[in-house]
Amino acid sequence: MKTSSLGTAPTAKRAPGRLAFGTCFGLAGALLGMVALFSLLSSHFLSYATFSTLANQIPDLMVLAVGMTFVLVIGGIDLSVGSVLALAGSVVSVAMLGWGWSVLPAALLGMGSAALVGSLTGSITVAWRIPSFIVSLGVLEMARGAAYQLTDSRTAYVGDALAWLSDPIAFGISPSFLIALAVIVLAQLVLVRTVFGRYLVAIGTNEEAVRLAGVDPRPYRILVFALMGLLAGLAALFQVSRLEAADPNAGSGLELQVIAAVVIGGTSLMGGRGSVVSTFFGVLIISVLAAGLAQIGASEPTKRIITGAVIVIAVIIDTYRSRRTGRWN
Amino acid sequence: MSTDVLLTVSGVGKTYAQQVLGGIDLTLRRGEVVALTGENGAGKSTLSRIIAGLELASAGSMEFQGRPYQPGSRTVAERLGVRMVMQELNLLPTLSVAENLFLNQLPGRFGWIDRKRLRRQAGVAMARMGLQAIDPNTPVAELGIGHQQMVEIARNLIGDCHLLILDEPTAMLTAHEVELLFEQIELLRERGVAVLYISHRLEELRRIAQRIAVLRDGQLVCVEPILRYSSQELLRLMAGRELVEHIQAPDRRIGEPLLRVRGLGRGEKVVDVSFEVRAGEVFGLFGLVGAGRTELLRLIYGADPADHGTLEVGRPLRKCRIDSPMAAARLGIALISEDRKGQGLLPGESVSANLVLGNLAAVSRAGMVSQSAERALAERCIAALGIRSAGSEQLVRELSGGNQQKVVIGRWLERDCQVLLFDEPTRGIDVGAKLDIYHLLAELTRQGKALVVVSSDLRELMLVSDRIGVLSAGRLVSTFERGDWSQDNLLAAAFSGYHEPEALSSAAAPGNPP
Repeated sequence: MKTSSLGTAPTAKRAPGRLAFGTCFGLAGALLGMVALFSLLSSHFLSYATFSTLANQIPDLMVLAVGMTFVLVIGGIDLSVGSVLALAGSVVSVAMLGWGWSVLPAALLGMGSAALVGSLTGSITVAWRIPSFIVSLGVLEMARGAAYQLTDSRTAYVGDALAWLSDPIAFGISPSFLIALAVIVLAQLVLVRTVFGRYLVAIGTNEEAVRLAGVDPRPYRILVFALMGLLAGLAALFQVSRLEAADPNAGSGLELQVIAAVVIGGTSLMGGRGSVVSTFFGVLIISVLAAGLAQIGASEPTKRIITGAVIVIAVIIDTYRSRRTGRWN
Repeated sequence: MSTDVLLTVSGVGKTYAQQVLGGIDLTLRRGEVVALTGENGAGKSTLSRIIAGLELASAGSMEFQGRPYQPGSRTVAERLGVRMVMQELNLLPTLSVAENLFLNQLPGRFGWIDRKRLRRQAGVAMARMGLQAIDPNTPVAELGIGHQQMVEIARNLIGDCHLLILDEPTAMLTAHEVELLFEQIELLRERGVAVLYISHRLEELRRIAQRIAVLRDGQLVCVEPILRYSSQELLRLMAGRELVEHIQAPDRRIGEPLLRVRGLGRGEKVVDVSFEVRAGEVFGLFGLVGAGRTELLRLIYGADPADHGTLEVGRPLRKCRIDSPMAAARLGIALISEDRKGQGLLPGESVSANLVLGNLAAVSRAGMVSQSAERALAERCIAALGIRSAGSEQLVRELSGGNQQKVVIGRWLERDCQVLLFDEPTRGIDVGAKLDIYHLLAELTRQGKALVVVSSDLRELMLVSDRIGVLSAGRLVSTFERGDWSQDNLLAAAFSGYHEPEALSSAAAPGNPP
């Protein structure tokens, strides 16, 4: 090595799992730009009503996106989140209406069953080394079927026992939004500061290297999917609370929205790179876009075309960015 | 003479993070076979890849058929008739031999493949390489590796070929196939094709080449008619650094055994291997490619499950079940794998993140990573191993190969392991870093650790080892003590497992699919 130089210039200091500040600035800029644009297009956009609607509708998406960020960081994907959400809601309704349970144990049972389904997805993926894409696609169908079976395919009204979760307490903000914010802060800390988070990033980067370093990656993989399930259960509670009902059709197609939000936030679908804070921005961008387009009176087809285009553009920008930072080889 | 000149290379160099090739001047003439040889990492592949358009030179220029030549891609080079057969096969296993041969020019009309014409053309191309006994419609996956190599060569002989580059073409061929290849090269030469033949099998080079070009550490040290040199002289030219022979006195305090392997085996890759390694000892493992060296280390480390055999580890030796790398690491066994990028490193992560992988328990409390403890550990490793980096936060992929290797090793030194398995520890790293690694191996033995070192570089192995075990076709065929070995008897042992008649007979009847 006597002849070699000291290597290239040091790159910006950054802990694994944390995206560069530039990314966050970019996302925040895009978000502000969108808010400005919609404010110009519609005089009603920048209002208390819009803000309060948004704050009450996004907690489900927020917690689901946190779980999905973890899943994508280890290089997996979970397509079953929408169905698992519906299943968890159905379990809550059956426990409360069918068995006469009070709301707290019913809610815990709902979240617990969602976590169980998640760990099942993870365990199958790990035990037979099947891509999580396929396993979760199967689980998507199974969970949806189970939700229909539990509720006899009918929406079950559970009343206002959970309504406090989504009732605004101050400035139009509901407890569910605060809980979702807390989940985001906690999850970011977990990803960046804990041993668990480090291993997730490492597994997503090079699972074989982790294994040969003497660390068993399998429990971490299962845990991530269990966590995803748990958060889908939490999202189910938010929904049940808002609608005062458990709908077996709830969350159908939601997985795509969740993945879109996470990817817009800059988390890599190839694993090894992701940030919960950026995911939060992704959720905001998707939600503000939906709310803004509704406000300016865009038709449903137009909304879908524009939202789809935004997802693709976000990923193109992200590809350029990661190419500039120079991905491995 | 000048009319014969096909390709002139002047002052060509290549620099990545550091220079790997510099100031190469070489002339290739029509109807001539030039042997290109040198050690691993000397720059043979880089030079040939530049000529074949797979890589751009960072310095110098080339002239092909009297015109400036700077191929920007392989396609450009191929259009001019410069073909390269690479070491790793570029065949599509699910397609037939015929389809593979004509992949970029499938005969047909309006997108429909003319199967009859394809079959006929493929037959002609295959006969040229002595493959006439194989049905052109056989999927490539059903052929043995030797035949696949022949198909790959046949593919490059289709169409206009003025310059053929062969990168270690005989590595996977049987003696019979090598003969066919040589006949074919002779025919090409008579047709006026220039051949650049990369290999370090000196006997082969003597038979086939007229001139020899020797690369050492990115520099061309000689281009001469091959008959001027004896094999001994060529070996010395390739190595060019006798000083290495003296870096370490073989005076070691060897203690009790720390690892005993008994009857270890997995399929036909590793068959009934037994040996032991003692404290303060380096046990070298030599063998040809595919002899089962990497597989053996992976079995000991539990990275692959063993079919049979037992392992005893520790002080005193205790029988252990090692069914996973986790179990091996707990017992104080470390594996520094051959494939650094694929199996050792988190390339896009920082030096410190790579060093603490597997050591996170030591730098965390209640599951939270302490950043100061992490930095302290990283800086300790960087200082202890002399890792050249811009700091512990530099991304590991930006380091040179040698420093990347030190990062992988450093990870293990932080844990107290007693048995270290090194698979090709100096592959693809420069001379200076090699010396550092040799010193490190010596230091580890002084600390009383037991080392197993796999290397394809015989001189390196003879330098660092106390004993050398030779694997041949999955079996540990013999073990030599320091002083008893020579390059000849080690090589003979490495070949001994393959001297079986069926290798030749299967080559003689290639038509029968397995």
